[in-house]
Amino acid sequence: MSTGSLMRAALTNRSLVIGLALSLIFVGAALISFVWVPQDVTTLDIANKMKTPSAAHPLGTDHFGRDILSMIMVGARTSIAVAVVAVVIGMGLGVPLGLAAAARRGSLADEVIMRGNDLVFAFPSLLIAIMITAVFGPSALNAIIAIGIFNIPVFARLTRGAALSLWTRDYVLAARVAGKGAVRISLEHILPNVTNLLIVQGTIQFSLGILAEAALSYVGLGAQPPIPSWGRMLADSQTMISFAPHMAIFPGMAILLTVLGLNLMGDGLRDLFDPRIRRDRR
Amino acid sequence: MTYLKFTRGMVSALALVAGVGMAQAKTDIVVGMQLEPPHLDPTSAAAGAIDSVLYANVFEGLTRFGPDGSVNPGLAASWDISADGTVYTFKLHDGVTFHDGTTMDAEDVKFSLDRARAEDSVNAQKGLFAGITDVTVIDPLTVQVTLGAPNGSFLFNMAWGDAVIVAPESIENIKTNPVGTGAFKFDNWVQGDRIDIVKNPDYWGEPAKLDRATFKFISDPTAAFAAVMAEDVHAFAGFPAPENLPQFDADPRFQVLIGSTEGETILSTNNKQAPFDNIKVREAMAHAIDRQAIIDGAMFGYGTPIGTHFAPHNPDYVDLTGNSAYDPEKAKALLAEAGFPDGFTTTLKLPPPSYARRGGEIIAAQLRAVGIETEISNLEWAQWLEQVFTGKDFGLTIVSHTEPMDIGIYANPDYYFQYDSAEFQKIMTDLTAATDPATRSALLKQAQEKISLDYVNGYLFQLAALSVANAKVMGLWKNAPTQATDLTAVYWAD
Repeated sequence: MSTGSLMRAALTNRSLVIGLALSLIFVGAALISFVWVPQDVTTLDIANKMKTPSAAHPLGTDHFGRDILSMIMVGARTSIAVAVVAVVIGMGLGVPLGLAAAARRGSLADEVIMRGNDLVFAFPSLLIAIMITAVFGPSALNAIIAIGIFNIPVFARLTRGAALSLWTRDYVLAARVAGKGAVRISLEHILPNVTNLLIVQGTIQFSLGILAEAALSYVGLGAQPPIPSWGRMLADSQTMISFAPHMAIFPGMAILLTVLGLNLMGDGLRDLFDPRIRRDRR
Repeated sequence: MTYLKFTRGMVSALALVAGVGMAQAKTDIVVGMQLEPPHLDPTSAAAGAIDSVLYANVFEGLTRFGPDGSVNPGLAASWDISADGTVYTFKLHDGVTFHDGTTMDAEDVKFSLDRARAEDSVNAQKGLFAGITDVTVIDPLTVQVTLGAPNGSFLFNMAWGDAVIVAPESIENIKTNPVGTGAFKFDNWVQGDRIDIVKNPDYWGEPAKLDRATFKFISDPTAAFAAVMAEDVHAFAGFPAPENLPQFDADPRFQVLIGSTEGETILSTNNKQAPFDNIKVREAMAHAIDRQAIIDGAMFGYGTPIGTHFAPHNPDYVDLTGNSAYDPEKAKALLAEAGFPDGFTTTLKLPPPSYARRGGEIIAAQLRAVGIETEISNLEWAQWLEQVFTGKDFGLTIVSHTEPMDIGIYANPDYYFQYDSAEFQKIMTDLTAATDPATRSALLKQAQEKISLDYVNGYLFQLAALSVANAKVMGLWKNAPTQATDLTAVYWAD
């Protein structure tokens, strides 16, 4: 398939376009916040607390008089950083494990890897995340590690499943006949063919990471003050929801739209990459 | 249609029956509170939650605190004090029995005081009993307490929850089955949920007006708000979310009680840890703090600024807030003078209450403005007690000291903020010995000034007593002169 036709397919895919747009807005907001925010988020202005949206504060102010738009922009940084690193951890460890398990299908190594995965998978992830942060102290770093660990089995399983079917293909057989080793085949023939799947799953895991970070911050185990975080903004607004609802609505919307955007993007990418689905749609 | 009419008739009949039932005043109450006691022995733990449930309700002392903080007769009907102020002869009330039926007499008083002041006593406030040299039983209703030296606050000390009278017969299981002499008997404790107490029909004094009371433990502020709104609890003592009070105030179903507490809320500073061992650094911090912003931001305006460790409603209080007026420029200058022109980094460990969590964020921002960076860590109470209070592993922390008249803690160099001043310790020794009210007052003022000018801790504000109750519940304490939820005079208005 030529690049041109892929681009055309991408642009006509509604979920992909909307999802990409939403995601880019938040990534953009996070990037802009490095150079400019409407108001410094570490300076408190108690006299102006809980103001409803106005020209000076488009999304209003929180209980310390901080500008909520600025808080959301800087908070996006925390969410994105945690989710990206968590996906990188998951892919970095999960994909090699999955490839190895597929290459040595049925061996002891395969069993060990996959049962280990099952073990991690079987634990309620948020509970373990809470345990990790409870033992090592709450911080954004520990939240990243906690969320990252639970990405490993997701990627390992996905990679193994896809790789297993690839190992039966003729071109892999040809490569084996040509004398290539399992590592080389995995890298040269298997990995490039599972990349599409990994990108789609990565997008989904990214959105789940943002949700998990918000949940951990909400219970006070994510990024610590004064670093803004969407989850903690929600927690702070909890007792004030009846008289200052904007304090809860806007960070809630930020989480919702980002997760929605990433999920739409993931769906769109799947449509794009999976030839069977695309053919059906035509 | 006949069916519908019939149903309607039934409904109105039921309403009528229910209405008749409602007309009688309720005799039970559910009181919400945030913290659950770890066990039920007020004489062997510092946890204020124990007194919040049991003080005056189940346990009584020789004397007791009134709603205004005054010291009134309790189990002792009267007392004589010898001319030199060292011998107190207490006359006990006749016919007082413990809830298990045993008699309360002079032997029980001797047992309780001897137990509290013993070498191996685990009483959290052993200092209250330190001056006692001897307790003698004269006859079953007379007990004589001899002090090593006159102590002007002895009767006050005996009113504390840590000084209640317990019985040797029931002491073994006191932690799970407290047996006292109060107007209520302990009934049931469902751990993690509630404690029930019931009216004591054999009470020696004015009987309780309620038949049953339940203390329900709700730690989450949002859940507390919902429980009061839904009228699942009829009163909430120490309501954790000050931001919700205006809503209750505007609702005719509820009354909001705003009073004073003995809680000096302070930015506790580890006086032995560098750089806080330098008085200039502590003074700089004091000037970097804007108290009003903390009261407005963390407590939504509820609280009185303080400049020393003393309750503003006390007649001997001196307003020393001027010693640490908000002046960030002066703070920066003082920091430079102390050798920290670029500031420094320290830890700020915060326990769960909102005054600490929110106040901590505000203080962190105020300190950052003068160059002091703080690493905030939010701790649960157990962790806080372990790391900060016992382990002394902290730079700064925020906590409210709710014990009454507790300026004496500054005389203990091992207390967690580790202030060690011979001069202050001398003032406290003089105070204990002084019985003349004028001398005592002068010494108390001197003590307040000393710690204020030594900038031992950052003095923030006096915690307000914030309670919400059903509008028909009468007789609740508005102020909190000690940790207590005294229900003995509480009743429902018709």
